[in-house]
Amino acid sequence: MASPATTAVDLTAALVAAPVDSTQWLAVLPIGICLGVGALLMMIRHRTEWHAPVALAGLAILVLVDILLLSKVLTNGPLTMMMGRWRPPFGIAITVDLTGALLALAAAIVAFACALYAKIDISTSGRRYGFYPLLMVLMAGVSGAFLTGDLFNLYVWFEVLLISSFGLLILGSERAQIDGALKYAVLNLIATTLFLIATAYLYAIFGTLNMADIARKAPALSATAPLMTLAALFVLAFSMKAAAFPVNFWLPASYHTPRVVVSALFAGLLTKVGVYALLRVMVMLLPIEREGLSFAIAVMAALTMILGAMGALAQNDIRRFLGFIVIAGIGNILAGVAIGGAVAVGGAIFYALHSILLMTALYLVSGEMGRLGGGFGLDRLRGLWTSAPVFAAVCLALFFAASGLPPFSGFWPKAILVKASLDIGAWWLAASILVSGFLMTMAFGRLFLFAFWRPAAETVTTPAVPGGPPPVSVPSLSLARSENRWRLAPIVILSAFVVGFGLFPERLILATQQAASDLADPSAYIRSVFPEGDVR
Amino acid sequence: MEPVFALVVGIFFAAAFYLMMSKHIIRVLLGVVLLGNAVNMLIFTAGRLTPAIPPIIPAGETVLPAGTANPLPQALILTAIVISFSFFCFLLVLTWRAYQDLGTDNTDDMRVAEPVDDPAPPMGY
Repeated sequence: MASPATTAVDLTAALVAAPVDSTQWLAVLPIGICLGVGALLMMIRHRTEWHAPVALAGLAILVLVDILLLSKVLTNGPLTMMMGRWRPPFGIAITVDLTGALLALAAAIVAFACALYAKIDISTSGRRYGFYPLLMVLMAGVSGAFLTGDLFNLYVWFEVLLISSFGLLILGSERAQIDGALKYAVLNLIATTLFLIATAYLYAIFGTLNMADIARKAPALSATAPLMTLAALFVLAFSMKAAAFPVNFWLPASYHTPRVVVSALFAGLLTKVGVYALLRVMVMLLPIEREGLSFAIAVMAALTMILGAMGALAQNDIRRFLGFIVIAGIGNILAGVAIGGAVAVGGAIFYALHSILLMTALYLVSGEMGRLGGGFGLDRLRGLWTSAPVFAAVCLALFFAASGLPPFSGFWPKAILVKASLDIGAWWLAASILVSGFLMTMAFGRLFLFAFWRPAAETVTTPAVPGGPPPVSVPSLSLARSENRWRLAPIVILSAFVVGFGLFPERLILATQQAASDLADPSAYIRSVFPEGDVR
Repeated sequence: MEPVFALVVGIFFAAAFYLMMSKHIIRVLLGVVLLGNAVNMLIFTAGRLTPAIPPIIPAGETVLPAGTANPLPQALILTAIVISFSFFCFLLVLTWRAYQDLGTDNTDDMRVAEPVDDPAPPMGY
């Protein structure tokens, strides 16, 4: 209890005096919705039949809130809400800028599509093991990571999404899952610990963990403080999260083992959170150090995309094949970080958005292919073109998008990145983007050739592959069957985005370029956290 | 005091990385837990080591007296301890399950997810 003598404390410097605007609540709402729905699902854990509708409703609201948030950020600039009204650097800020809002929206769409697909893919026992609560907590972690304005908070959200991803990864408890999960868990835990180490050094240097505060102080300190070491640590930690070349081996070891819908969710979201953190820290917080490390990052990017595409060429299992495609895509985004400048970073953000939607769609498609063809091996998949022509056409569009061929969404970011790297004279980086695209085209071409075009076997004997889904006797995809509608709807939703971004890219290019220039010049971001006239 | 702490943190890191390079998962886990403790001490040192004056504002004052400890690193460490301990528990259970199911804790022999004799993709049809 404060004694009467101590009442004369002036709190206006430490507390937000103005009443909280209702739009500011939008900034925390995505996290709140996910945690709230997740808690609700835990409470009704025995009523598994309620899980899917509740989670779908929650995710639909999440998509709407993220759309609203994005429109607010587009019109008014970055949006900040201070937790507990404490001003930074004491209080924790949730700051939403254009990059965060765009990625959060894409993540919410992907999660909604996955929840839709999970209605069929996740059995009652999977629901009882908590698929939907874990999905909601994962989304809380992903949204929190995209929206937070505090570096230590970013670490905490990383851990939130990591622990829920462990739960999702071992759903089903197969031997391969346990094996994959062990490698995934240990290596990802080491990566987040590296991130924590870097955060500790950052706190020692800056005395603050608020991103706007760091962005304000970094240029003055770069001459005296060991920021280069710090930046290198951040790059190592985040590229491990993003599965960039030298530290990527946990991804192909684990991503093909869980349920298809879990793989799809992971491929869409988890590596992109690492890439987002890299963009945020290197482009916005430590721009001078990014300049210094740009050659190293560029080499890493080139190796990641070439070796990812080559790894994909060597795979027989289509899910492992897609794991390497995820890695190749990360290389393209890293190239944007390495080149720097608003154009290239904008291209990287565009590629990240495209990759979130596309990789999820591709994994969902792989699940369909496995179901239709009775296995995931390229050596046994055949004749899907004749049995499911519409599905095959959708797949072809997605494969084009993944290879970066027009007129689908992969083309534009790659074109932007190639032009940006030629502009700074890094012809070898442009060449590696193109070579990687060529190798991916070959890999996808072969996938299409074997799985779809190859004539179906004469005798329809498809014995079940151990570990694969049981063969289904009716391989047609007529929409009359309600089960198929649930399976196809998410693929159609995601493919619509892939096609739409490819055909009408102008607005998205404008938005991502704006997001990138906001990252490169964070004055609006800083003003949002520290309003004008605030001396602290 | 800082050099001593820095030395201890360094020894912890070295031991942790040595253990994590082992083939056996159980040693890797011990390395992980050691790494977590090393990072906690690193955060503590990064927040400046000060004399042990608790950060409590005396009655009649409005600011902390000079030389009080910095409470923020302790809050950060508390968060990090909770997280790293829960992760260690999860990994311990997962390792036990893996040992039961795969019959080994040697990472070289854990090839279920990535089999050695994985077939190459077909060359033609």
